[in-house]
Amino acid sequence: MHEMHKEIEFNSETLELVNRIIKRYPEGRQKSALLPVLHIAQSENNGWLSAEMMDYVATLLNIQPIEVYEVATFYSMFNLQPIGNCVIEVCQTGPCWLNGSEEILAHFQNRLGIKPGETTTDGKFTLKTVECLAACGNAPVIQIGNEYHENLTTRKADELLDKWRSENKNSHANPYL
Amino acid sequence: MAAQILLNNINVPGLANFEVYRKLGGYSSVEKAFKNFTPDEVTAEVKKSGLRGRGGAGFPTGMKWSFIDKSKDNPRYFVCNFDESEPGTFKDRHIGQLNPHQLIEGMILGSFALGAKTSYIYIRGELFYVLKIIEKAIEEAYSRGFLGKDILGSGYSLDLYCHPGGGAYICGEETALIESLEGKRGNPRIKPPFPAIVGLYDCPTVVNNVETIASLPWILNNGADAYAAIGVGNSKGTKLISACGHIKKPGIYEIELGLPVEEFIYSDKFCGGIRNGNKLKAVVAGGSSVPILPAELILKTAKGEPRLMSYESLADGGFESGTMLGSGGFIVMDHTTCIVKNLLTFARFYHHESCGQCSPCREGTGWMEKILHRIEDGHGTMKDIDMLASISKHIEGNTICPLGDAAAWPVASAVRHFRQEFEDHIKLQKCPFSR
Ligand SMILES: Cc1cc2nc3c(=O)[nH]c(=O)nc-3n(C[C@H](O)[C@H](O)[C@H](O)COP(=O)(O)O)c2cc1C
Ligand code: SF4
Ligand code: FES
Repeated sequence: MHEMHKEIEFNSETLELVNRIIKRYPEGRQKSALLPVLHIAQSENNGWLSAEMMDYVATLLNIQPIEVYEVATFYSMFNLQPIGNCVIEVCQTGPCWLNGSEEILAHFQNRLGIKPGETTTDGKFTLKTVECLAACGNAPVIQIGNEYHENLTTRKADELLDKWRSENKNSHANPYL
Repeated sequence: MAAQILLNNINVPGLANFEVYRKLGGYSSVEKAFKNFTPDEVTAEVKKSGLRGRGGAGFPTGMKWSFIDKSKDNPRYFVCNFDESEPGTFKDRHIGQLNPHQLIEGMILGSFALGAKTSYIYIRGELFYVLKIIEKAIEEAYSRGFLGKDILGSGYSLDLYCHPGGGAYICGEETALIESLEGKRGNPRIKPPFPAIVGLYDCPTVVNNVETIASLPWILNNGADAYAAIGVGNSKGTKLISACGHIKKPGIYEIELGLPVEEFIYSDKFCGGIRNGNKLKAVVAGGSSVPILPAELILKTAKGEPRLMSYESLADGGFESGTMLGSGGFIVMDHTTCIVKNLLTFARFYHHESCGQCSPCREGTGWMEKILHRIEDGHGTMKDIDMLASISKHIEGNTICPLGDAAAWPVASAVRHFRQEFEDHIKLQKCPFSR
């Protein structure tokens, strides 16, 4: 039987963006583009980095796959497992804790019926805890995709859940676009 | 009226727009520098101003620039540290989001002084929406001839790019930042060699904080002496303080260095006092890494003198009774705060953020988190308190980069100043503050 094998390839617009980024670094230093390109790759792959996607990134930058894995596993913004459409990241560091981040986290847990690190069974939401988002003056703070939501209350949290539930969007769009 | 160098125009609508910024005198320092100064004269001016690095360490900026190796004709790099990840610190985001052109103007000055032809702004990945604001401002600067080839006909050319991080506090450490910019894990390098000799792509490199760089245009426009006239002692100029926690008015304030801490906390011009009529209990004055001080020691030094917001005054008393200005992340806690729980969040942070290269940091941060968890949950023993102090001692000074110290100091200082509270947790077998 003929085996279907779908090769990963960015569309021409994305490839153009990648090439523009590579040119920002000196010749022979194209590996420098790895973090920006991984952000793009993750957005092109439903918000997570599969081994196939990382291998593709390695070919784009002309580096070894291991060099990509090393980096992808080091930085907390890269997901190495499939995740929900909407990723809710709750800051839990001191200043946010002083201003009630535990209540916010508990609220999301109750409303979604999941713990940090888990995804709802319908695949809509993933809940995560993160460290200081550099917005402590407006604590408590959460991040959804490229958006910060500050001075969060349980009411605002409910509004956000309703919004993301009703809209058929995902939170991991290409951050450059 | 106190000097405002960084925030004077911050509320002008559309400030992120080139024309608006330019109308307010923006980019005039670049014109002045190209006309009147050689690169070394720019460095000399910055040296004379007394400006010290605003990223946390407070190292004199002009001196750092003068270490750059200009003897070879390999490229040199100027890199902006926009990693802003130190808990309690949220000042650089304010500049990047609302006044990106002032940062770009500073980048041009610094790059010119160092002879860099390509410069990078390394910005934490979570702040992609700020990166896009800066990239738009960079485009504007290119199209108006302030970036790119032969800027203003000076013969000097500069390319400026933004580079996103991937979520790692350690990449704020300058050698980890350089590794990260090269597309690698953020593992700090062993120093020496220092970046000024071997930095990005093995070339001479200076890394400076956003606030440091955004201060440069004012210094060039108004002169080093005018800058040095602001402040007190070896703490020259203004500093952004990001204030948070249990105060009435959290936010970002530009102070003249030397302002009394008491005025900063209680004046309506600044934090406005403690929320809900509560009592001040403790302050972490310079980002999560610096020693915590109880109310009496943050307001007055051990000698009974009023404590000032300056590098020297905050450090007065050393680690026995002092702290540090650090990044200016000013975290205020009222009397309802559990010091152990707050410390636990910091310990978890450092454990999470350790890059894992050095065993004292990799293992010690985990042990401290675990012990603090135990104490907070009511399962601790008196021996745990001494163990915390001992682990922090064994980390301090025994690691490749200062993250180890940064993890140790909050623990050591909390045990030193709030030992009773740890003991109460253990005696009660629960957190005395839990409902
Ligand atoms: C663990 C660690 C994290 C740091 N994070 C930052 C940061 O987020 N931003 C920053 O400007 N400096 C940070 N620094 C300080 C930098 O290493 C460096 O001293 C600074 O960028 C130099 O710039 P400056 O002289 O203008 O302050 C950090 C240092 C350490 C050890
Ligand atoms: S002190 Fe910690 S963060 Fe710094 S190099 Fe060592 S293990 Fe890494
Ligand atoms: S602690 Fe949450 S944004 Fe800083």
